[in-house]
Amino acid sequence: MAQGEGQQHPLSIYFWIWGLLFLLSAFSYGTDFLPDGYIRWGLILLFMFLKAGFIVAIFMHMAWERIALIYAIIGPPAVLLVLIGLMAVEGDYTELTRLDFFTEPPAPVGLEH
Amino acid sequence: MAHDGVTATAESQAAEGWGSFVNDWSADKQTFQVPWGKAMMWIFLLSDTFIFSCFLTSYMNVRMSTPVAWPNPSEVFALTLFGVSMPLILIAIMTFVLITSSGTMAMAVNFGYRGDRAKAASLMLITAAFGAVFVGMQAFEWTKLIEEGVRPWANPMGAEQFGASFFMITGFHGLHVSAGVAYLVIVALKVLRGDYERGGGNYEIVEIAGLYWHFVDLVWVFIFAFFYLW
Repeated sequence: MAQGEGQQHPLSIYFWIWGLLFLLSAFSYGTDFLPDGYIRWGLILLFMFLKAGFIVAIFMHMAWERIALIYAIIGPPAVLLVLIGLMAVEGDYTELTRLDFFTEPPAPVGLEH
Repeated sequence: MAHDGVTATAESQAAEGWGSFVNDWSADKQTFQVPWGKAMMWIFLLSDTFIFSCFLTSYMNVRMSTPVAWPNPSEVFALTLFGVSMPLILIAIMTFVLITSSGTMAMAVNFGYRGDRAKAASLMLITAAFGAVFVGMQAFEWTKLIEEGVRPWANPMGAEQFGASFFMITGFHGLHVSAGVAYLVIVALKVLRGDYERGGGNYEIVEIAGLYWHFVDLVWVFIFAFFYLW
């Protein structure tokens, strides 16, 4: 790939992805009207990853780059999953601790009145 | 010497898949077969990914750890339009504005590589205008929330951490959009003036500016899902 040659693709692919992103955004907004639960969260994450994937792959031209670049950019953020996992565990623990110490303790059994 | 280097590059470029991965990283030569500006922009965006991920992860952490009920974003960001209360409507419009600007930016990159300076520059200016509209709507949203008493340390709707997370995350994103608008306008004016014709008509810069702009849109996808829809 000579410098200056760059990423040239037919305009139609951008129009298709553009339309698709609009549709996915509309679906994404639509999930706000669904009842809370696993289905809603599954759809939120599905539309989020589809949108993110199309933006990176097509608009940012990642699909046409060499894999040395692709893995240098996509690989490192994978370690964030560890951070997210740790912080979720820690958040849960903090909430339990707060419930334990910052709320009215129940009256000890047998000592009422 | 120079000839050897060229041959080695041609050989390593011929490899496909994992063979190309090993060749690109192992030889004593340039690893990324893209202009340096583009490689550097990608690496900058990688570092930015970590910053936004830290914000979103800390938001998850404080939201999970508070025993106080979190304000319902669906109601907090509702607007009454034509007498109907619509949940999250302003945020939805902002999402569409940003998606539209990403589309015009992709077009600008395409016309840049075709050497159509006028079209590339005007599409970049349109992109910047959509970005400015986005920031304007965000300013409106901030004003509304501040008037309702939302502060980084407290708010009338529920958990205190809501304000801190909201101002931090959307503020940092808005700052990125504002910087992007300035960046796009500068590059567009340079394209229009013909500055890049001197380098033999190389419009890689439009793609590099585009990478930044698409990244800002990408971050918004995650903010929309995790902050507004949760």
